[in-house]
Amino acid sequence: MFTKRIIPCLDIKNGRTVKGVNFVNLLDAGNPVELAQQYAKKGADELVFLDISATQEARKTTLELVLHVAEQVNIPFTVGGGIGSVSDVDALLKCGADKVSINSSAVKRPELISELSAKFGNQCIVVAIDAKQIDGIWKVHLAGGSIPTDLDLFEWAKEAQDRGAGEILFTSMNHDGTKNGFANGALAQLSKELHIPIIASGGAGSIAHFEEAFTKGKADAALAASVFHYSEIEIKTLKQKLKEKGIAVRL
Amino acid sequence: MKLVIIDYGAGNIKSIQFAFGRLGVETTLSSNKETIMEADKVIFPGVGEASSAMHMLRSHELNTLIPKLKQPVLGICLGMQLLCQHTEEGNTDGLGIFQTKVKRFATEQDIKVPQIGWNTVENVTSNLFKGIPEQAFMYLVHSYYAEMCPETIATTTYGTSYASALQHNNFYGVQFHPEKSGEVGSKLLANFLEL
Repeated sequence: MFTKRIIPCLDIKNGRTVKGVNFVNLLDAGNPVELAQQYAKKGADELVFLDISATQEARKTTLELVLHVAEQVNIPFTVGGGIGSVSDVDALLKCGADKVSINSSAVKRPELISELSAKFGNQCIVVAIDAKQIDGIWKVHLAGGSIPTDLDLFEWAKEAQDRGAGEILFTSMNHDGTKNGFANGALAQLSKELHIPIIASGGAGSIAHFEEAFTKGKADAALAASVFHYSEIEIKTLKQKLKEKGIAVRL
Repeated sequence: MKLVIIDYGAGNIKSIQFAFGRLGVETTLSSNKETIMEADKVIFPGVGEASSAMHMLRSHELNTLIPKLKQPVLGICLGMQLLCQHTEEGNTDGLGIFQTKVKRFATEQDIKVPQIGWNTVENVTSNLFKGIPEQAFMYLVHSYYAEMCPETIATTTYGTSYASALQHNNFYGVQFHPEKSGEVGSKLLANFLEL
């Protein structure tokens, strides 16, 4: 039985988790390794680390962090943020990251997807896309959603797939932070038009939202941050409820 | 115990090293023939594209060495596929240990390719799965699968049912990543150490 994945996302800056977390039994909420272990125990299927460090110096800290996570955590994890070259990816994979996610750098130079896929295989290349629906049209945005482009979400996602992306991580800027649910219409369209897995991101606020992302949105995985970090939704409870609704999950 | 991971330039071996480290077992990375032959147990990893991985094996002259090994050998992911007769990926001949062929998942079957995520293993038969229940979840990432054959020791269904683990004499192969499959995967690696 193949299952839908639940993926907590951790923002990392200078080797530490940025957003506060509200876990009992956590000695150091800023320690990404400890947090990752807790999530693995709670039943997370994968983890995403998003490096929001601004400097190259800080990124070296991230490499050390990746090494520690790989050493301690027995579920797969993806690292994203500021990745712009084949050598960046080589370094992350050598430290034990299972997958990398690229975003703005791929929009600026789409050949990067082809180069990475050829060298490392498409299974470890996630293309993250931030998009905003403006006048009914989904436009790709850069730099965490602040810079609009002329690219259409669906055309760009198709190109990313054809160039060798193994998965698409789609964040709706209209839904991100609202806790009103995922962008299920756009998700379903992506899932229909593409043959690679789609990860839903942006808008998780309740268990029903996850259910809808899988049923209406046809997503293969759902990613969220704050609802998990603040224990508003417990992953075990979430998965039990999804199972009751007939959605295949790993329990 | 001397546990050697064959290092021929294909894939993420750090995770495998760390997984054995969590079991308290040290590993040696090597492409050296003597080191591999003298090992008590051998891990044959692999991630990436089949034809280039075979090319790398040949350049280290490991394609002739591996089939001669007498100690327990565990092929993981692409490592398992390269122990088969042939794979459609790059129309590549494998090492021919397992009498089966490797094919690409058909996207027409309404499945996403690659398969990325957790799936169950069923019909488990070998000591490799000792203490691991039927329908245990393992983490898989792949676009190609081994067809069922008499050497199948576990099956998984994704569009079609396929061999997710194989065994021939001292050779074992798993399509999933035990090093990334939580406690269950860790149990399988511990079982391999006890073979």
